[in-house]
Amino acid sequence: MKGIITNLNKAFENRIRLGIMSVLMVNEDVDFKTMKELLNVSDGNLASHTAALEKAEYILITKRFIGKKPNTTYAVTKNGRKAFQDHLTALEFLLRKNK
Amino acid sequence: MIKNEKHIEDLQQIRSIMEKSTQFISLSGLSGISAGIFGLFGAALAYLRLKGEFVITKSLDLSNPYSDRSNFMNIVQMELDKDPTTDLIIIATLTLGLALIFATFFTFRKAKKDGNSIWSATSRRLLMSIALPLIVGGLFSLAILNHGLFGLVAPATLIFYGLALINGSKHTLPEIKYVGIFNIILGLINTIFIGQGLFFWALGFGVVHIIYGVVMYFKYDRK
Repeated sequence: MKGIITNLNKAFENRIRLGIMSVLMVNEDVDFKTMKELLNVSDGNLASHTAALEKAEYILITKRFIGKKPNTTYAVTKNGRKAFQDHLTALEFLLRKNK
Repeated sequence: MIKNEKHIEDLQQIRSIMEKSTQFISLSGLSGISAGIFGLFGAALAYLRLKGEFVITKSLDLSNPYSDRSNFMNIVQMELDKDPTTDLIIIATLTLGLALIFATFFTFRKAKKDGNSIWSATSRRLLMSIALPLIVGGLFSLAILNHGLFGLVAPATLIFYGLALINGSKHTLPEIKYVGIFNIILGLINTIFIGQGLFFWALGFGVVHIIYGVVMYFKYDRK
């Protein structure tokens, strides 16, 4: 039982982080504005959660300029994909077990 | 267990965000209905034009019939006047233009109501995946026209339009796939009954759109 609980990744406990990962699992790369609209969160909120996911090496943040406008895009890393899939498997397992 | 409810909500949220981030869901049912009505209207106009009830353009130069042409040339000119290709292209372009304008308008309105932006990564992907088969189909139809194979224009447009919708269906509400399938089937049947293109056009671009629009309107828009 203990092993299953540790499979639930602490990094994904927060709903916004869960959302960020969900978007990146099905989209190659997503820019800041699109992500903000999809998740309906504030700039600061999104920035802090993406920073946390980047620190865990689950996502890749690319910052560059398009003309004079800063453009930030997010993509999931190999580690992140694996971690999120494990998290989902753990969620499903828990639900089946507790039925 | 309270924990369980949180997990279920988590999974539901993951699912909905994955769908929302890959699908443009603000396509309005009214867009389908208006496109269908214009489609029927266009088909009716084309039918009347073919019956010779009215003429938009006269072929070649509209020179004065009382000029110094020979009688023979006048007869040739009159025969050319009966060639309806230019008129049919004008009617088709007008129909397509009006259908697109109104479809965009209703979808714009719905996107605004839902709080989605109409110009997003998902809508761009939807447009791109529809545009490719549509442009290829358009060029192919022009080639058919160029070779004078008029009977194949309606089947070709129906088939390529259907393929375009099926290609785009993964980026929007999936029901549009059925509109694509019906149009392809109609296009293929039409290849057996060459010369009945107008009838199949009216069915495919008119009736199928209207049915789709009504179903979508009651399923999604009225909420």
